[in-house]
Amino acid sequence: MITHSNQTADSRHLLEFVLRQGDNALVLGHRMSEWCGTGPALEEDIALANTALDLIGQTQMWLAYAAELEGRDRSANDLAFMRDATDFRNLLLLEQPNRDFGHTMMRQFLFDAYQVPFLQALESSADQRVADIAAKSGREARYHLERSSDIVIALGDGTEESHRRMQDALDRLWSYAGEMFVTDETDIAMHNAAIAPDLKLIHAQWNDTVQARLNKATLAVPDSTFVHKGGKNGVRHEEHLGHMLATMQVLQRSYPNSVW
Amino acid sequence: MANEWPLWEVFIRGQHGMSHRHVGSLHAPDEKMAMNNARDVYTRRNEGVSIWVVQAKDITASDPSEKGPMYEPSESKVYRHPTFYDIPDEAGPM
Repeated sequence: MITHSNQTADSRHLLEFVLRQGDNALVLGHRMSEWCGTGPALEEDIALANTALDLIGQTQMWLAYAAELEGRDRSANDLAFMRDATDFRNLLLLEQPNRDFGHTMMRQFLFDAYQVPFLQALESSADQRVADIAAKSGREARYHLERSSDIVIALGDGTEESHRRMQDALDRLWSYAGEMFVTDETDIAMHNAAIAPDLKLIHAQWNDTVQARLNKATLAVPDSTFVHKGGKNGVRHEEHLGHMLATMQVLQRSYPNSVW
Repeated sequence: MANEWPLWEVFIRGQHGMSHRHVGSLHAPDEKMAMNNARDVYTRRNEGVSIWVVQAKDITASDPSEKGPMYEPSESKVYRHPTFYDIPDEAGPM
């Protein structure tokens, strides 16, 4: 195993940053794939699977880059299937269980509204590889946002029951959304190196999008400012991630290196 | 089911297609979601460059039992088929 002592602080931060992007896409992608075959309508089922596949495609790009940066002769697959929950760097929001369709789409909407401006900013990243992945992922994210917004608006401003469920989903997820904008030393290092944007700017754009669309959906933005933290730095994942990974990783863990 | 989404017919023009072709149908609550669903259900393998969706109820269809009277007059008029002409290569697809 190669030691990391020769890595500079900046390259460690870049690896951490790229892992976060890959793990976000992987964990949300897997959550969406859990809907496969159980969607509320055939059309929605296929759309959910398409979203999952987009996200897994993004995961492959990010984790392949992370594996190169890591320099430990591991592949994207190794990173996805052979790491434990404590090594994951995804947002807590994305590991939340699916619950009902409305809850799944609300989680997707809150994340899409962040991904679109975030990836757009990454397109002009000083790191060309990051910029290229962002350009490809950004097109997919824009479609995801259009779709999740439509559904949040339709169900929020729908029947009494659908409105109640969407408000419940928003209330449950709101305290997790804030982690997207928690800035730590990796974010600062990436911003200083012109690799990633200032999250305050993304937060402002996110607020505009989310407020406008939730208004249209007749949903009330919770006034709580409490934020659950610990996903993106891996310090405190919730139990949900462990259960999810147990299902996702069982094949590779039981039969290492098996292939299609 | 009374509150089922309406049925939509989907037409797609392919990468090199000259016109839209009927590819199937789907259910959706409104035209915007019908368009998104058409994109998700019928263009997953890069099939199309243009999509039309139309509510099935808005299509007036011919009655299959009227097949005889409807098409009989054209059956015996072989000269209406352009098979007596050689189409020059330069003309391209007709």
